[in-house]
Amino acid sequence: MKAAIILFPGSNREGDAFRAISAACGEPIIVWHGQTELPAGTDLVVLPGGFSYGDYLRCGAIAARAPIMEAVRDHAVRGGLVLGICNGLQILVESGLLPGVLMRNARMRFVCRMQHLKVERTDTPFTSQYEQGQVIKVAIAHGEGNYEADSETIARLEGAGRVAFRYCDSRGVVGGAANPNGSTNDIAGIYSENFNVLGLMPHPENLIDPLVGGTDGRGLFESLAAFGKAA
Amino acid sequence: MIERDPDVSPELVAAHGLKPDEYARILALIGRKPSFTELGIFSAMWNEHCSYKSSRLHLRRLPTKAPWVIQGPGENAGVIDIGDGEACIFKMESHNHPSFIEPFQGAATGVGGILRDVFTMGARPVACLNLLRFGAPEHPRTRHLVAGVVAGIGGYGNSFGVPTVGGATNFHKGYDGNILVNAMAVGIARTDEIFYAKATGVGNPIVYLGSKTGRDGIHGATMASAAFEADAEAKRPTVQVGDPFTEKLLLEACLELMRTGAVVAIQDMGAAGLTSSAVEMGAKGDLGIELDLDAVPCREIGMSAYEMLLSESQERMLMVLDPAKEAEAEAVFRKWGLDFAIIGKTTDTLRFVVKHKGEIKADLPIKELGDAAPLYDRPHVAAPKKPKLSPVEVAAPIPNSEALARLIATPDLCSKRWIYEQYDHLILGNTAQPPGGDAAVIRIGDGPKGLALTTDVTQRYCEADPYEGGKQAVAEAWRNLTAVGALPLAATDNLNFGNPEKPEIMGQFVGCIEGIGEACRALDFPIVSGNVSLYNESSGRAIPPTPAIGGVGLLNDASRTASLSIKRPGDKILLIGTTEGWLGQSLYLREICGLENGAPPPVDLSAEKRNGDFLRGLIANRAVTAAHDVSDGGLAIALAEMAMAGGIGATIAAPASLPAHAFLFGEDQARYIVTAAADKAEAIRNEAENAGVACEIIGLTGGDTLTLGAGIAILLADLMRAHEAWLPDYMAGVKF
Repeated sequence: MKAAIILFPGSNREGDAFRAISAACGEPIIVWHGQTELPAGTDLVVLPGGFSYGDYLRCGAIAARAPIMEAVRDHAVRGGLVLGICNGLQILVESGLLPGVLMRNARMRFVCRMQHLKVERTDTPFTSQYEQGQVIKVAIAHGEGNYEADSETIARLEGAGRVAFRYCDSRGVVGGAANPNGSTNDIAGIYSENFNVLGLMPHPENLIDPLVGGTDGRGLFESLAAFGKAA
Repeated sequence: MIERDPDVSPELVAAHGLKPDEYARILALIGRKPSFTELGIFSAMWNEHCSYKSSRLHLRRLPTKAPWVIQGPGENAGVIDIGDGEACIFKMESHNHPSFIEPFQGAATGVGGILRDVFTMGARPVACLNLLRFGAPEHPRTRHLVAGVVAGIGGYGNSFGVPTVGGATNFHKGYDGNILVNAMAVGIARTDEIFYAKATGVGNPIVYLGSKTGRDGIHGATMASAAFEADAEAKRPTVQVGDPFTEKLLLEACLELMRTGAVVAIQDMGAAGLTSSAVEMGAKGDLGIELDLDAVPCREIGMSAYEMLLSESQERMLMVLDPAKEAEAEAVFRKWGLDFAIIGKTTDTLRFVVKHKGEIKADLPIKELGDAAPLYDRPHVAAPKKPKLSPVEVAAPIPNSEALARLIATPDLCSKRWIYEQYDHLILGNTAQPPGGDAAVIRIGDGPKGLALTTDVTQRYCEADPYEGGKQAVAEAWRNLTAVGALPLAATDNLNFGNPEKPEIMGQFVGCIEGIGEACRALDFPIVSGNVSLYNESSGRAIPPTPAIGGVGLLNDASRTASLSIKRPGDKILLIGTTEGWLGQSLYLREICGLENGAPPPVDLSAEKRNGDFLRGLIANRAVTAAHDVSDGGLAIALAEMAMAGGIGATIAAPASLPAHAFLFGEDQARYIVTAAADKAEAIRNEAENAGVACEIIGLTGGDTLTLGAGIAILLADLMRAHEAWLPDYMAGVKF
């Protein structure tokens, strides 16, 4: 699995993604936002967390128009894998690779905490190493993670099984106080139509070590590695 | 258009915060009347904030050296050796006045400033902490200040990308008109790649980096050196505006540039901006500095020399470059989209010369700008010692179970989750112990080493007895690091006091310094960096003396640590240290009895060291399952915190030798609670006895209730609800 992490000015979790991918898939290449091509043979593009361009204008809006994004779009259209984490998801929706928008958290405050998620399906390149319905503990850290889309889009996503993860409590009960940001249908992450693009607000890359909260995030990267080996 | 500088009149001198005798000193030093620009420079260099004129004399008495100290006070931050060629670089600094005037930007730029201090030296920041003091919850401004300060700290640190892993927040009416916002930053560098402010070489280019200069923050440091009157709001234009995005770019660009070997010296533009950074670089290197302000990147048109020299616009750096690597350096900064301008050069004249539009605006002796700053031995008087309260003198006004339920939900002891969840404390993926414990623990890189970090001070002790309070602030920080198993290595101090021109305030300052020094020497815990914030007064009323201590400890193996949560039922509970039931200046006395009196608990530094060293050994040998220091609220609160963190109850017996409330809520120092496997507890107690450490088995973990002797049994769920509810309810306006 040959991975490339896109570095935008203001990205700040690229090192965290680098560590998680290195452990599971081998060392990724860091690609500067001003470049116009991905390294030859790139299988997976990662848009890391952070505050690209300071979140100015709208989070993700300026990064979505960075020179490298044309190549990322082409890569996705060709069926290449794209993973957008936190600000990465915001960039994906701003660039049209995923539908919907990320609004300010319903409580109007940034929130960082450990968060449980329910894995909705395991037949995708990103989740094969999880169990169906598994409850995993990962980190969240965002001010604008409240996923919204028009009702038609939500119905389409739900109908096609494109919700990847939902916010839940430690027992797997979805919604209520377990939803940290007011996201529609407790959506924490969504897939593209062909399931080759995943965008999620939480940070699985921060949960890869028993010393630092746990290892539930590893599954996502191990799934990618397994997918790469099978391909 | 010809712009004329105003004439330097006595009124103008006074408006610059310079006293008549200080102005006379300027005249004697330069032998003529200063220009308007020069007056501005003196005011920036000689205010309390930059010159430490009231505090310098006393700060010299603090211990600052140890074999592991690479750099003590005097640079941008302190540096200690943590082994394997790695250094830890850290400092704490206040942003009190700006945060009161404009809480979001004031706090945000406080974080930005301290981060720059750390990465200026070549370190990548790995953690931030803070120490916050707000006024009484019922004060009409408090809620607004809490919301703004917390959002500001989070807004800056989260975007910059450093975890905010710890802090200490409490409330007291003594801070109603003057809150405290102290921010600490911690970074890691290679010991052979540390950068200093000292310029070298004549004719080397001086380069301006980062954001453009605007008119914000002019005289910020002078503002911070005066007490507040009713016009605090009108001082808003002196507060700077932060841009964490640019700071993140500045960090990456600086670290990249440092790797090229082009940097001769570097200094961030903090308080007093361009003036202070340029003068410090020259003076430290025994060189003159010549600046041509026409080359300074400006955000606004028509800025005068005076404004450019005194602006405190954020996210700016000054460097002396190796001329051979100028092009390489410029390319790095252009890549990151930052301003890069050569604005002057080093000279051999020992003068600070400033040119603007072909005119010489200032020409001053560079060394004397710093060295000849006034130094005051201000008169100080010690407050009379308060009498010790014996436990039997303090009657328990309510049942102990009710007292516990009330204390756990007080503003000072309630859960601070509402605050720390607004800080990204997990970024970088190294947070082994998040906020909420005794000290935060972060792994260093890929491990196995770790750092323990904490900020502490108990201002009610300092107010009652500055010497004992100063000792206690250090001891508490040292104890918190020890409680997670770390070896405390060094500290940074942030000394927040009132107006030093009042002898009783100066007495508090001198007393606290004496206590801090005493404890640091006894505990082998030198002060390697710090900041003094005086004139914390509003309408003539000073804040309680608040010498904040930021402590750093080392874990050789970050997995050999202890946390406070009870891990399982059936463990024995042990109390390390001696309990006399000290209620003087306790939270119990204040919150339950409505009294703030008596002497504070004394700190026996040899017991402190003995008990702490003993506990550290237990943790290193994995002999305990949980550890927690006993501080505010005493034994009952400490045990409640352990039970709530683990979701497991506990039962202890209260001795008959003391009134129960004194045993449960007394704040005797040098104590810890630990839990251990039932079959190991006796051995630990024997080991303690051999080491001369007081240690008793006092109870057992388990159940869903906290049972503290006869008469207290509280369901953990009720306790947790009360503990968690206060702050969110208060911020939502449910209370007050």
